[in-house]
Amino acid sequence: MDLVEAIILSVLAASTPLLIAATGELVTERSGVLNLGVEGMMIVGAACGFGGAWASGSIVIGALCGVLAGTALSLIFALMTLALAVNQVATGLALTILGTGLSGLIGAGFVGQRIATAPHLHIPALTDIPLLGRILFGEDAFVYLSLALVIGVWWFLYRSRAGLILRACGDNHASAHALGHPVLRIRLLAVMFGGACAGLAGAYLPLAYTPFFIPGMTAGRGWIALALVVFSSWRPGRLVVGAYLFGAVTILQLHAQGAGIGIPSQFMSALPYLATVIMLVLLSRTRRGGSTAPAALGTVFVPDR
Amino acid sequence: MQLVLEKRLEQSRTIALVSPLIAIALTLLTMSILFILLGKNPLLALGVYFIDPLTDSYSLQEIAVKATPLVMIAIGLSLCYLANAWNIGAEGQLLIGAVAGSWIAVKTQGTDAGHWVLPAMLLAGAMAGALYALIPALCRVKFGASEILTSLMLVYVADLLLDYLVRGPWRDPAGFNFPTTAEFDPVATMPLLIDGGRLHLGSLIALFVVVCAFVVLGRTIMGFEIRVVGAAPRAARFAGFNADHLILLTFAISGALAGLAGIIEVAGPIGHLQPGISPGYGFTAIIVAFLGRLNPVGILIAGLFLALTFIGGEQAQITMKIPLDVTKVFQGILLFYVLACDSLILYRFRLVSRQVTHGLG
Repeated sequence: MDLVEAIILSVLAASTPLLIAATGELVTERSGVLNLGVEGMMIVGAACGFGGAWASGSIVIGALCGVLAGTALSLIFALMTLALAVNQVATGLALTILGTGLSGLIGAGFVGQRIATAPHLHIPALTDIPLLGRILFGEDAFVYLSLALVIGVWWFLYRSRAGLILRACGDNHASAHALGHPVLRIRLLAVMFGGACAGLAGAYLPLAYTPFFIPGMTAGRGWIALALVVFSSWRPGRLVVGAYLFGAVTILQLHAQGAGIGIPSQFMSALPYLATVIMLVLLSRTRRGGSTAPAALGTVFVPDR
Repeated sequence: MQLVLEKRLEQSRTIALVSPLIAIALTLLTMSILFILLGKNPLLALGVYFIDPLTDSYSLQEIAVKATPLVMIAIGLSLCYLANAWNIGAEGQLLIGAVAGSWIAVKTQGTDAGHWVLPAMLLAGAMAGALYALIPALCRVKFGASEILTSLMLVYVADLLLDYLVRGPWRDPAGFNFPTTAEFDPVATMPLLIDGGRLHLGSLIALFVVVCAFVVLGRTIMGFEIRVVGAAPRAARFAGFNADHLILLTFAISGALAGLAGIIEVAGPIGHLQPGISPGYGFTAIIVAFLGRLNPVGILIAGLFLALTFIGGEQAQITMKIPLDVTKVFQGILLFYVLACDSLILYRFRLVSRQVTHGLG
């Protein structure tokens, strides 16, 4: 039973950064902007998050540093794609290339350092319930935060007027503009939210997942988060399912490697990436014809004054 | 004040030529600031980066050697991007090409195989690269899956496959447990162009690829179709051009070129298969393609320029202790400025005061 509990705990931990980053990107994409720079914002968030926590000794300050770093990078992206009407795909790639370099530069000073990771919740009676106690009441704060984030985003998108306007911008920016909504300003806020989430997701890795920073530690998680948004059909609820499924694939292959089942470890490590490809193919196939993507996703909007 | 973009009636030709230069100038300015932040003399650092490598014959050859894969891959990518197909997994196609070509080299090692080995390796590399690139292209055409995400995911898969091979079945038994194959036989390595130098046959192949791309894009129906499908998809449909075929075709060509670049790199400057055979050529080539304005001649120049940054970065690390990551930051910033300046070709930037905007709107 301990093994099952350990596996579920590690699945939740592995899924949380994916869920946070994908939730932010979902809001960005719902406003009609495709930001492919999630990986870049995450890795800079990881470097700054670790740096902040290492220098201050506080996990909260570290997380804030990650959020700020991700937001700052997303502002560059917003300046390019919204103000200067540059192609979003190319700009997102540039952001990832820049982020990879920046994180190495920022992180060079504290490679090899260790910090204490975020503490896990402990409520005396509840956490001690066998089996379910630690899973429900013994996580670190990020896990609860990520779930609160998803619920908040769901409420915002489907239950608030602002969310309706944001979705309108993503589905038909010309109409939203004609109705007098400030399309570019709304998209700017959506891009910044995506950046903040990506930065936080990146910071989660050295603050809660592993107690140190290594260059390239995001290992494609930003790209998997992008794929998860497609998987979710741009709906927050399905994002949770997708993220936990992916966390499970990652953890199960690790446990399989540990158990030494005779398959070379590299093949097991390739599983999450192959699973992403297969998932994209299967989902796109069933959806052929009626696409669920925001209609204006990835298109440039230049208001005619 | 508010920034407003006005669409130009005609694309500005002058700006099309000048915009990469403006981008480079802005990048150098930004880098100077970064060098000051790192506590280095910016003039000295820029000198080490961009002037010193041009002053001795070894570095000049090394620039050509580094530019070879960049130019070859970027030419292929430019065809994809012109057709509005987003292959960003060239790094993976490069690795698979290197693996496939190395397979022949490893299997013929120590036998008296003749001079057919190298051509066979190059062919295998190109074919493997093309097939690997066709996976995301087919997923896009058949199932509508985003080629951006699938092509990128396959980079990680290729990297792990290479890692497995050089640590497992192909490891050099006399290699002290290092993850590498044995040095390739002379018949399995690229001939040098200058005795005792670094320049090898691959650079000539890259030049040949540039010429071919120039002819195909400028003088053939296929080149015309690629550009129309990318620039005006509706017009292309009315003209009866098959966009799906062009996605498959451009992916296959770019994959073949990336795979070829990979095996040339392994059979040339490196001489054996090992992890880390590419310092991200497949990603840097994306920058080369855009800096060269998706034009073959432009790509040749841009490839040489970015190769210069690799060499300069290595020298700056040795002589001035500037971290190697600065090169990546430089490349990222350059791509940002290139894209921003490209916007000048399509739009005129105007600053207008808010009141006027509201009055008109």
